[in-house]
Amino acid sequence: MGGPGNGFAAAVITFPGSNCDRDMAVAIEQICGGTVHRVWHGDASLPEGLDLIALPGGFSYGDYLRSGAMAARSPIMQDVIAAAGRGVPVLGVCNGFQVLTEAGLLPGALVRNAGIRFVCREVALTVGTTQSQFTSGYLRGQRISIPVAHHDGNYFADAATLDQLEAEDRIAFRYAEPVNGSQRDIAGVLNGARNVLGMMPHPERMIEAAQGGTDGARLFESILHGLNVAA
Amino acid sequence: MKVRVHVSLKNGVLDPQGRAIHHALEGLGFAGINDVRAGRLIELDVADDTSDEALDDMCRKLLANQVIENYRIEKVAA
Repeated sequence: MGGPGNGFAAAVITFPGSNCDRDMAVAIEQICGGTVHRVWHGDASLPEGLDLIALPGGFSYGDYLRSGAMAARSPIMQDVIAAAGRGVPVLGVCNGFQVLTEAGLLPGALVRNAGIRFVCREVALTVGTTQSQFTSGYLRGQRISIPVAHHDGNYFADAATLDQLEAEDRIAFRYAEPVNGSQRDIAGVLNGARNVLGMMPHPERMIEAAQGGTDGARLFESILHGLNVAA
Repeated sequence: MKVRVHVSLKNGVLDPQGRAIHHALEGLGFAGINDVRAGRLIELDVADDTSDEALDDMCRKLLANQVIENYRIEKVAA
């Protein structure tokens, strides 16, 4: 497991309106250890030598124009896109997922929930693939429970894109129950290089028993173990 | 120069907002409504020499998300 001196380095980006950035930083600190840099959206560059970049949940720019649209064009995102291109793991949760699609790092878009209402509850998911550094610690098809809290979580992509995601085993998580109308029950997707994951459920809210479960902790453990950082 | 950018959801993209408006109109007693789609109108006031290419660029880079939306640029006569 992680510890303060294990050399793991992560960055959590805060946009104006992010509200899960602290939870994300705490989850990474507790499970991966090392150093978590808090980076402001207006910063010109990321710290060197990162093992993980996390885009947290929230309502960046008040969801103006489209959820994640303004944040995806903020100064720091140029560096995030460059780092993703070099293979640095990038995790976007909830609003972070919306930002990643708006930035073009992930296919598709997240539109208004089919039922119109904001959905805030624990949901059942199935693990779609274990072939990624985010999901290697789960079992394929494993049923897990992680909370969602979103208004625009309805995943949309054209049929050709959805077929490609399935053919390339890039659907990281699927909803195991009706949640928001997402195409093919998609709750989380990987990019082609498999180092960028966007997901609507909040793994950082399910990392210790006091929160009701630890199904989210496995995701952070996967990243840590995948990087083979000495404990 | 005044420019209006009309942003609308592509066919095939579910529009729960439009559906809610549809139901609300029917609730008010309006009959014969086949469908309702809600979009967005963005009004820009730009320099007169702004090129069509630049306007198109604004739409593609920010104003519309072409995964889910279409856009139409309308120049408004002064």
